[in-house]
This record gives sequence, structure tokens and C-alpha cells, in this order.
Amino acid sequence: MAVKILLGVLLTGVVVLGFGLPMSPAPQSWYELPVIPGLEEKARIIFFHVPTAWLSVVAFLTSMLFAIQYLRKREPIDDIRSSAAAGLGFMFCILATLTGAVWAKFNWGSYWNWDPRETSIFVLLLIYGAYFSLRSAVEVEEKRATLASVYSIIAAVTVPFFIFIMPRIMTGLHPGARGDPEGAGPVIEFKMSPNMRVIFFSSLIAFTLLFYWMFTLRVRAARLEAHHQSGD
Amino acid sequence: MSGAEMTPGRFLRSVLAIFLKDWRSELRTRYAISALLMFVITTIAIILFSLGSEGAPADALSGMLWVVIFFGAMSGLSRTFVMEEERGTTLTLQLLAPASAVYFGKLLFNLVLVLGLNAVTVLLYAGFIAGFVIRNVPVFLITVLLGSLGFAAAATVIAAIIARANTRGTLYPVLSFPIMLPLLLTVINATRLASEGAFFQEAAGEFQILVSYIVVVVAISYMLFEYIWKD
Repeated sequence: MAVKILLGVLLTGVVVLGFGLPMSPAPQSWYELPVIPGLEEKARIIFFHVPTAWLSVVAFLTSMLFAIQYLRKREPIDDIRSSAAAGLGFMFCILATLTGAVWAKFNWGSYWNWDPRETSIFVLLLIYGAYFSLRSAVEVEEKRATLASVYSIIAAVTVPFFIFIMPRIMTGLHPGARGDPEGAGPVIEFKMSPNMRVIFFSSLIAFTLLFYWMFTLRVRAARLEAHHQSGD
Repeated sequence: MSGAEMTPGRFLRSVLAIFLKDWRSELRTRYAISALLMFVITTIAIILFSLGSEGAPADALSGMLWVVIFFGAMSGLSRTFVMEEERGTTLTLQLLAPASAVYFGKLLFNLVLVLGLNAVTVLLYAGFIAGFVIRNVPVFLITVLLGSLGFAAAATVIAAIIARANTRGTLYPVLSFPIMLPLLLTVINATRLASEGAFFQEAAGEFQILVSYIVVVVAISYMLFEYIWKD
């Protein structure tokens, strides 16, 4: 209950402040956001798009951790948790891809450019897609759980290679990526004013809570469904 | 498990025995070899027909080589595990040999297949596609060798998964592609460098990525194989 209230307050605050605060070239008071050259009003997406992408990665890792847990203990509940996390991750991955594509149309001129981060999220989408195709292909529950767990661990182990590969193949378009005329580095450090940072980090916390809340709901629903099926 | 009391010598012998068993049964039917060979010939013929008399840029050609190899590998490499399921010999093998010996035996078999596949593909590709020129041959050979190892490593563990999932062919490329993408992007980049005549030092970064990819994939497959293999 406390989580739900905190989540409601935080998300409302982030939405109202993120969209509502005025932007000015030379911020005077605490409520004015600075104008970032080249981004202007479009900079507001960072309060929503980045946390969505962050969640899809958190969900991916959560799914992998429960997959490891399943292989160690063989408790069906861990597989339910692992697939619930993956389902949420898939959803947030699609949301991050769509919001990013719309933003890219207005900022870079086309919906898709194969920027390193676009490529990485595309790979994440493919992995989630493959994971759920594998799950739907196996009918025996225990076998499905084992094979899906193994696959998600293998996928999680190979994904970090993109960190090394991407910069060798292409330069980035994202703000703060290598090749940004304003300099490379985390955007939070050199482009965001303190008030933007407060909203941004509140949004990260809010989205993480949102994930936690949706995750427990899904696990409970899946558990009830499993009970219901075995009861008949 | 008998795996605990295994000496390195006995372990190597059972790896070799599994490899030889697969190799002999392959020679009897020549299923995988002929599938791979026909696949490569057909694909290169399609590329030749679609290019017509026009050439393609060297970048595109070095990428296309690995498209042929990727789908070639996908057409033949699942055979070694699917065959055990089809013949119903999985259970016997589970009883006779430790899981890790089965894994390394199958890995060795797939490695030999991929090396053969790549040798034939590269020869045909370089022979028939005029625009494909390699200016630094050693860099290219190292790329093909490391690429083959990487392909065999990733393809073997995914083949084990799909054989257990009883889905046969359709899921194989779907599951393999995201796992192999780091490998594919790196070998394509290294092949491009080799065709431009880059020095070894320039491609060294690519080779480091390939070697670490192979080590990581083989290690994680070795650790997880028992879960896939045992019921």
C-alpha cells in the first residue's frame, strides 16, 4: 500500500513537472528549466524515455537472476517470476523503442537511424521475441522453464559485447554519445541543471517502483492461474 | 555421477568417441554435409543471378559472405542434436557419457562441419563473385578461423536447446540470431578491414572481441549444458 501511494505521488509529480515547468534560455528561479541548444522542448522526453529504457534493462536482469535461481532450486515460482519480468521488460522495451523513434523523427529527421543505442534496443527486442517464441514452443512446463532459463542466461552473457562492438562500427547520434559536438559523457553531468536532475532521478525511482508494483501483480496473477489450473 | 571419478584422459577419450560416433553416422547418410553444400551453392547462385553483370560495393559483398555462412550454418548444425532425439538415442547417451563430454564431442563435430562449410563458401564466393577482393589474406584467414569457432560455439548450445524443445528447424535461426549478432557484426567488420587491406594491428581489436566471445560462449555453454541435456 505504501508503495502504491509513493508511486502515485512520484509519477504524478514527474508528469506534471516534466511537462509543465517552463523553459527559459537563462533560468532565474528554481522552477525554470534551461534550454539545451539543439534539443529545446524536445529535451523533456528524457524524463520518460530514458526511465522506460532503463526499466527494460532492469527487467532483463531481473529475469536472468530468477532464471539462475530457478536452475538452482527448481521452484516453479522462480520461473513464473522470470517470465513475468521478461514480459514487463518486453513491454517497456517496445515503449522505449516507439517513444525514441517518434522523438528521432523530430530531432534527427527520420524514425530509425541505427544509432548504437537504437541497435542495442533492437537486439533486446529480438532476444525478448526469441525468448517468448521458445516458451510458446515447449508444452511441458518443467522443460519450458529449464530451456527458457538457460536461454535467458546465455542471452544476458552475450549482450555486454555490444558495449565494445558498437563504438568500433558507428558513431552515436544520441545526446552525449561519442561524436556529439558538445562533448561526450553522461547527459546528466553536463547538460542537465539541478532541477532537471531532481525530476529525472525521481522519474527513475518512480519507474522502478512501477516495475516492482506491476511485477508483483503479474506474479500473483500467474500464481492464481497456476493454482486454478491444477485445482480442476 | 560417473563424471566425478573421470580422469582427464578418460574424459578426452569419451569426447573423441562421441565425435567419432557422429562423424561415422554422418558419413553413412551424408545428411548434414550435403545439406550444407547444396545450401551454399544455391545461395551463391542466387547472389550471382541477382547481381547480374553489375558489381556491388566491397562493403556489401563482405557482409553478404557472412549472410551465406550464417544461414548455411542454420541449415545444418542443429542436425547433431535433433538426430539423437529423432532416433531416440538421447537416453542411452545420457546414461553412457557425462553431459560435458557429450557437449564437447558435439562441439567438435560442429566445428569440423563449420570449418568445412566456411572453406567451401569462401572458395566459391571468392571464385565466382568478381568484386570480392581480399587485400590482406592473413587477416581474412584469422577472421574466418575465429568466426568458425564462434559460430560452432553458439550454434551448438542453441541446437541443444531446440532439439529438446522439439521444434526442429523453425526456431533455430530465431534463437541464434540475437546470440550471434555480436559475432556477426565483428566478423563482417573484420572482413571489410581485410578487403581494404588493413594491417593486422588495425584488426587486432576485432580479434580480441572474437576470442573473448568464443571463450565466454563455450564457458557458459559448458556450465549450462547439463541443465539442457538432463531430463
